[in-house]
Formats: sequence, structure tokens, C-alpha cells
Amino acid sequence: MELLTTNNVWMMLCAALVFFMHLGFSFLEIGLTRQKNTINILFKNFFIITMGLIAYCLIGFNLMYPGDFNIIGNGILGFAGAGLDSATAADLGYNNGYTYWTDFLFQGMFAATAGTIISGAVAERIKINSFMLIVFIYITIVYPIVGSWQWGSGFLSTLTEKVGFYDFAGSTLVHSVGGWAALIIISLLGARKDKFDSSGNPVAIPGSNIPLSAAGVLILWLGWFGFNGGSVLSADPANTSLVLVTTCLAAAAGGIGASLLSTLLYKNLDITMFMNGILGGLVGITAGADQMGPTEAIIIGSIGGVIVVLGVAFLDKCKLDDPVGAIPVHLFAGIWGTLAVGIFGASAGFSQFMVQLASVGIVGLFCVICTLIITLIVKSVIGLRVSEQEEEQGLDLAEHGTKAYFSS
Amino acid sequence: MKKIEAIIRKSKFDEVVKALHDAEVYFFSYWDVTGVGNEKIGKVYRGISYSTKDIQRRYLSIIVSDSFVDATIDAIIKSGATGNVGDGKIFVLPCEEAYRIRTGEKGNKSFN
Repeated sequence: MELLTTNNVWMMLCAALVFFMHLGFSFLEIGLTRQKNTINILFKNFFIITMGLIAYCLIGFNLMYPGDFNIIGNGILGFAGAGLDSATAADLGYNNGYTYWTDFLFQGMFAATAGTIISGAVAERIKINSFMLIVFIYITIVYPIVGSWQWGSGFLSTLTEKVGFYDFAGSTLVHSVGGWAALIIISLLGARKDKFDSSGNPVAIPGSNIPLSAAGVLILWLGWFGFNGGSVLSADPANTSLVLVTTCLAAAAGGIGASLLSTLLYKNLDITMFMNGILGGLVGITAGADQMGPTEAIIIGSIGGVIVVLGVAFLDKCKLDDPVGAIPVHLFAGIWGTLAVGIFGASAGFSQFMVQLASVGIVGLFCVICTLIITLIVKSVIGLRVSEQEEEQGLDLAEHGTKAYFSS
Repeated sequence: MKKIEAIIRKSKFDEVVKALHDAEVYFFSYWDVTGVGNEKIGKVYRGISYSTKDIQRRYLSIIVSDSFVDATIDAIIKSGATGNVGDGKIFVLPCEEAYRIRTGEKGNKSFN
């Protein structure tokens, strides 16, 4: 019982840290966008954490951890019934590392982060109602189904006879799942009005509050202590401490890598690239945080940071508009981190790499198809974008009838 | 009575205030303004280069009686100049009347 208590306290602390990441995401997004859309961003983020938790309680949790894949067998789709099960809670049968309640809360906080990733990419031009509808469906159904394939002991976890997919804390299952949706939605949504000039060249739309973004990034880094540290699923001293070390080293290396590359490329010491690079390093290490040593963590993190800088330029080239760099950070660095498990660390090897690659493809395909269906339906029924006039006026006034700051 | 408007460098503001103070001009309003001119400033944001013509300056609005006009202008020119392009401008406008809201006094008495 003593061990359970220790483990459980650590897991609850980690749940709290992941919860705190929602403030980090909000700050990051507010700071990198224009002042006229601040209320809108807060509204989206409050919606995600509130709706996300309730939906996860009613449906998501039992869809992600069905126990028995009773709808489509072979580890594809199962549902253990709506709502949380107090009977299961009492016997602590699921896992000795923590109680049923802690398990739900920790996983619920995770589910909501996948929605937050979408929020940043679509900022400043999506209709709030369309956003809420899309994210609600995505978080309630798509995210848990993908999660069940791996963390719910579904088919990805035993993809081949010898080797299963490995995703420690969700480079693919959380970050890429959010990132794929973001990519598809911004493709259908189009760029912000001022993002590309008449000849198609990208235009800088500087963020309104860089210090706030900086606070957001550091809060996210802190939150990652819980995101990765809690994914050990116990307070095991060796594993948790190793995971925190690899996580922090990767974050640091990601920042340095992105900062160096953006300085070389653009002859400018860009703080927003530095910050995005840290997040790229964190997402990169997330798939294999318990598999790597310090050197591997630094390599994976720095490449994650480099990928973010290149990814931002790549999206601009593709005429895609991602105001906060959510797709380079969560999708591109997420794919990298997932593949890195097959290249570096304890389970590296050709067959592991191929399993990682196949899983990235399977998850990507599923997320893309689901997002396309959901978004196209929402688009045809209520539309995706605010009007040009509303976009110019700002979503705070157009959608919420107020603004974030008033002069006295 | 004249209204003296001056556009000065923000970095020279403290010196200008002190010079005006020495010339016994104690009361005036100011605000920060953005203007455009020939100057171009290159910037980079998330890998995209862009340039702005925005120039940041401070705008002073001073009402003085006629006998103070020359001393005021002199003080601003002496304290506000660096010798480089962009030191700013001074405009002198006629001021028809001035009132002190608290007492209703008007003319020079209203602001001295």
C-alpha cells in the first residue's frame, strides 16, 4: 500500500503539471497572434479543457482503454461503456501504480492537449462554433480510438510478432494526432488575409506579446516534467529520473539547434524560433524519453529544433498559414521523435524502425481521413471561416462582442 | 499666445524637458507618435524579412505667452539636436484663446 501511495501521489502531481500546460498553450498562442483575437483564443482554450475533460469522462476514457476490443476485434475498436466505472475504481485492478481515478485524470489532461494543438494553427480566422464542433468530435472519438491501438493494448502495440510500436508519451499518439488534424484543417481553411501578398510571398505578422509567449514556452517545458515523467506510470526512481533528464536535455538541445539554424539562415537572433525549437526538442524526445541516454536525447532534441525551423519555412513555401508553428512542432517533430526510437536508444533496430514508420503512416492516414470527413461536413453545414470583414475587425469583437484590453 | 508643437527624438526627451524647465516652461502635454519618412528599418520575424518605414518619435504640445516663444524654441533646438537626420521639427501656431476649467480664467492667466 505504501508503494501505491507514493506512485499515486507522483501520478497526481503529473496530472496537475499536464493541466498547467493548458495555460502554457494559451499564453504561447496569445503572444504569437494579434491583440484583436485574444478573447477568442482564451475561449477556445477554455472550451478544450472543460469540454475535453467531460467528453473524456463520458466517452473517451472507455474508448481509449476498452479492455476488450468488443466492436471490431483484433485490437481495432472497443468501448467499455459510457461514463466512469466506480466499481473498477474500488478494486484498483487496472494498475498497481495508481488508482483508477488518477488514471482517468492523467489521461484526460492528455486528451485535451491534442485539441489545443489544433487551436494554435487555426487561430485568427476560424469560426468559433465550427472550431468547437470539429474539436469536440475529434477529441471525443478520433483521439481515443488512435490511443486505444497502442496504449489500450490494441493492434499497434503488437504490430508484428516480435516488435510492437513504441510511443512512450505520445510523439505520435498525442502530438501528431493533433498535428495531422491541424494540417488538414488549415489546408481547408486557408491562410489569414494578410499572410501572403498578391504575388504569393509570405508576409510577417508579428505576434502581439512575445514575453507572454516566452512564459507559455517555459510553462510548457515545466508541464513536460509531468507529461513525460508521468508516462512512466509509476514513481519508479530510475525511470522517472532518467525521463526527466532526457526530457530537459532534449528541450535545451532543441532550443539551441533551432536558434543556431535560424541565425545561420536568416542572420537574425529570432526568439520565437528559439522558443519553438525548445518545444520541437520536447515533442521529439516524447516517444522515446525512457529509451535514450543523455547523448541520444541531445541529438534527438537538436534535430527536433532544426526540423521546426525548416518546417516553418516549408509551410510558408506551401502557402499554409500556421501562426504559432504548431504543425512544425507537434507534427514534424512528432514524426521525427517516433522514428528516432528505431534509430537511437535501447530498442533501436531496423525492424523497430519499420514498425515506427508503419505506425506513423497508419495513424497519419486515419487522422487525415477522419479530419477530412469531419471538417468537410462542418464546412458544408456551418462554414469554416469568419467573413473578411470580421477577420479584419478581429474575432474578439466579431465573435465575442468585446475585447481583451481596455485603456482606463 | 502661441501653440508650439515639437516632434523630438524619444532619447532626447529628458534633456528637452530639463531645458524647457530652465526656460521656465513648466506645463505641457506630450504623447508618443509614429510617423513615416525616408528611413527604412529592416526586420526579420520567423524567417520572413520585412522592412518598416515606421519612425517612433515624441510629440510635445506647449501653449506659451508671446514673450516665451523664442526662449521655448531656443530651448528645444539646443537640447533636442544630435546633428543627425531625424532630429525632428518645431511648429508655431497662433492660439486664439485659453481657459482654465477650474476658475474660468482666460488668456495668459489660464496657464501661468
